[in-house]
Amino acid sequence: MGKQHYQITVNGEAKDILAEPRELLIHTLREQLNITGPHVGCETSHCGACTVDIDGRSIKACTVFTAQVAGKEITTVEGLGEPGKLHILQEMFKEHHGLQCGYCTPGMITRAHRLLQEIPNPTEEEVRFGIAGNLCRCTGYQNIVKSILAAAAVMNASQEAAE
Amino acid sequence: MTDQTPISREDRVEKLKGVGSQRKRVEDARFTQGKGNYVDDIKMPGMLFGDFVRSPYAHARVVSINTEAALKVPGVLAVLTAADLAPLGLHWMPTLAGDKQMVLADGKVLYQGQEVAFVVATDRYAAADGIEAVEVEYSELPVVVDPFKALLPDAPVLREDLEGKMVGAHGPRKHHNHIFTWEQGDKDATEAVLAGADVVAEEMVYYHRTHPCPLEPCGCVASMDKVNGKLTLYGTFQAPHAIRTVVSLISGIEEHNIRVISPDIGGGFGNKVGAYPGYVCSVVASIVTGKPVKWVEDRMDNLMTTAFARDYWMKGKIAATKEGKITGLWCHVTADHGGFDACADPTKFPAGFFNICTGSYDIPVAYLAVDGVYTNKAPGGVAYRCSFRVTEAAYFIERMVEILAIELGMDAAELRRINFIKADQFPYHSALGWEYDSGDYHTAWDKALAAVDYEGLRKEQAERVEAFKRGETRKLLGIGLTHFTEIVGAGPVKNCDILGLGMFDSCEIRIHPTGSAIARLGTISQGQGHATTFAQILASEIGLPADSITVEEGDTDTAPYGLGTYGSRSTPVAGAATAMAGRKIRAKAQMIAAYLLEVHDNDLEWDVDRFVVKGAPERFKTMKEIAFASYNQAIPGLEPGLEAVSYYDPPNMTYPFGAYICVMEIDVDTGVHEIRQFYALDDCGTRINPMIIEGQVHGGLTEALAIAMGQEIAYDEMGNCKTGTLMDFFVPTAWETPHYTTDHTTTPSPHHPIGAKGVGESPNVGGVPAFSNAVHDAFRAFGLRQSHMPHDHWRIWKIANGLGLHG
Ligand code: FES
Ligand code: FES
Repeated sequence: MGKQHYQITVNGEAKDILAEPRELLIHTLREQLNITGPHVGCETSHCGACTVDIDGRSIKACTVFTAQVAGKEITTVEGLGEPGKLHILQEMFKEHHGLQCGYCTPGMITRAHRLLQEIPNPTEEEVRFGIAGNLCRCTGYQNIVKSILAAAAVMNASQEAAE
Repeated sequence: MTDQTPISREDRVEKLKGVGSQRKRVEDARFTQGKGNYVDDIKMPGMLFGDFVRSPYAHARVVSINTEAALKVPGVLAVLTAADLAPLGLHWMPTLAGDKQMVLADGKVLYQGQEVAFVVATDRYAAADGIEAVEVEYSELPVVVDPFKALLPDAPVLREDLEGKMVGAHGPRKHHNHIFTWEQGDKDATEAVLAGADVVAEEMVYYHRTHPCPLEPCGCVASMDKVNGKLTLYGTFQAPHAIRTVVSLISGIEEHNIRVISPDIGGGFGNKVGAYPGYVCSVVASIVTGKPVKWVEDRMDNLMTTAFARDYWMKGKIAATKEGKITGLWCHVTADHGGFDACADPTKFPAGFFNICTGSYDIPVAYLAVDGVYTNKAPGGVAYRCSFRVTEAAYFIERMVEILAIELGMDAAELRRINFIKADQFPYHSALGWEYDSGDYHTAWDKALAAVDYEGLRKEQAERVEAFKRGETRKLLGIGLTHFTEIVGAGPVKNCDILGLGMFDSCEIRIHPTGSAIARLGTISQGQGHATTFAQILASEIGLPADSITVEEGDTDTAPYGLGTYGSRSTPVAGAATAMAGRKIRAKAQMIAAYLLEVHDNDLEWDVDRFVVKGAPERFKTMKEIAFASYNQAIPGLEPGLEAVSYYDPPNMTYPFGAYICVMEIDVDTGVHEIRQFYALDDCGTRINPMIIEGQVHGGLTEALAIAMGQEIAYDEMGNCKTGTLMDFFVPTAWETPHYTTDHTTTPSPHHPIGAKGVGESPNVGGVPAFSNAVHDAFRAFGLRQSHMPHDHWRIWKIANGLGLHG
């Protein structure tokens, strides 16, 4: 299969990708761009370990061809914090023990990041429903939910302070 | 050098973040930023990818394999088959259970998904193309998926390689598909008790086949450096040193020329203990091509081929007096091991520690026999977040006690209470040969019952049953009780080994001149937070802050030899080694301090982070000062430096326990359940980091929820695996997972240096019976005795239907 050029933007940087049309976005990110935060847990859209943000929506990168995202803006967990400073979600996951092996964590945080833009002040139910596309085998979710709610509270408080 | 640490004792304790501190995890900054380093993140120059051609059949002869077309696929460099491995003697490999397993199909296949050929290519896409192009001709053979049918006289012979070999690794074989019989306890005495008992409850309890399914599947990168003859093997190994030894034994490469590295591991739960064909093929492929070779299984490979768990048919008889005092326990297990016996158990325990099946109860006499059987299913039999078949044992006894309560017409909580081993009976010798170290079951039980208002719940349940009968509700209430006793921390070298390797563990500590340290261990974290908790143990022992201690695991070139992390053994064994190595450091530090303070060793006492002259509190040397002195002073009679290593051989196992209660609403018409409350009390002895313990409990309970309520590896009659993806294999989401309430009592282990027992697996062991008992209990009033897991909606609906509750 012949390779083709695709332009994508990843974490704010324009990238020129040479890939076969059948190449999955997760492989482009992980193998071509060395962006290894998004993980592979199933390759069938079930686990969410590969979750990235594409043009403002949470997408599972294991079931999207790179060809399909040409011209789009992609954000991964690597694009959330600033160098040397954790994003508030990252900080709250640490604070509330929202992770153990860490394998689901990049996808989980990327999803939570989008969720808090969709619903800035979610209830516990909304968080549980909102992250139901992301599986975690280690934590039993209780502390993940706690971490996300805590992050929402901090973000809303600083939002209010700014207004 | 003088030390600026705070003066107040409290401040100093606080600063250490030692045992008992809710220390935040040091691992998390990396993981939350996507900077973990898992095996699939590893990239090496020129690295190739390997992947398997797998059998679509569960039992078939391999007539021919044609690799010609595959070798023409662009990017494909090699295709390995058994014929290529045979000259090296690597077409079969030993299993951890004393059996052997085909690396690549040698004439036949024994289960669906079995490895037939290994395609090596420049990238994963080319490897996939290569797999498509390999032509394999099979001729189908009759399939046996039922272990009872496998033992019929005319059952097809599965393991032709064993034909005529009527003695296996664990004694005589009774049949061509039989693996071993393992007997424990006193058969005659138990049968005599059963014959004369007031009451005997008898039942078949099935613990279905399931899978640990960590979020990260198994994988490795093998890199053979032909210039210096060294093999580096990165992989998802729960026991890196054992893997090094196994690789050396089967490949003939000398052990010092092999370096095994477990990088970050994305969950293990027992899945990553064993050795898999992918590891062997990657090593061979790297030797053949001279390039690093990566193999990472996909989810389907993982669920279908590496490391199933459970699959135990447990027939039980429990005898009691009319008043409910248990007098004897009898159990026979038919254990389905699949095509090869690849269980990960200590050598002398072919059914693991299933003989903990007398549970928390003082049962005077017991007998257990386990028969291992070959079937056309994947090999494995790993301990899925449990210590070698303890989960099966706990499920068995906790179901049998419930069934006995039904038989006696008694309350199941009360029946447990009158049979618990009493606090003053410890150390307690069980009828099946264990010495329980410590426990206080009555206290834990009463605390748990009070916490959920047990009496109130029973009243509500009775009212619900009446309301149901009057047609006012279609929902029933189940109260699932469990009191489990675990046996973890394998184990004493005198009776615990794997492949002859004693199950001790180790820790090596080096104190740096400026008062920080590195500790290296023979274990490997898969999410348990060792880098955090082992530093805490050490901080308390050597008086340097946990934040100044690096914990390193997983590299066999640097870490001392150890048997790895599974069976909740890290805290009981490696945690003990850490404390003991810390104590060696402290002993030398005391001599250094005595020299510096010009007093006798015995004139000093330890105080948090320093040695103080007895009776002269203003005269002291802190560990930080001592560390520097050890590098900068010539002390007569003492070598410079401050280092220690400890290889810890535990004198006994540890016996964590707990009381779990699950309150469940069940919709009789849909079979849908809702968990209203889950209360988990754990006693894991000394608590190192309460935050991490709680996290372990949440996680283990959620795995238990999955297993009890829907998760299974199921096969059809043809041996097709029906649950090969996460579409069919149930893993709960945040939406289905309830909120848990955790609690604890603390009964330290008397023989562990810091009294810790280990906790990682308790919630799986205790959780499964708690969820399952809740389902059973909901239908007790309508005559349900036993219904096999998993209790998915359809099966619960079938229970209700079978009991005539659908009108
Ligand atoms: S890897 Fe993409 S959803 Fe699992
Ligand atoms: S932390 Fe391990 S899968 Fe979520």
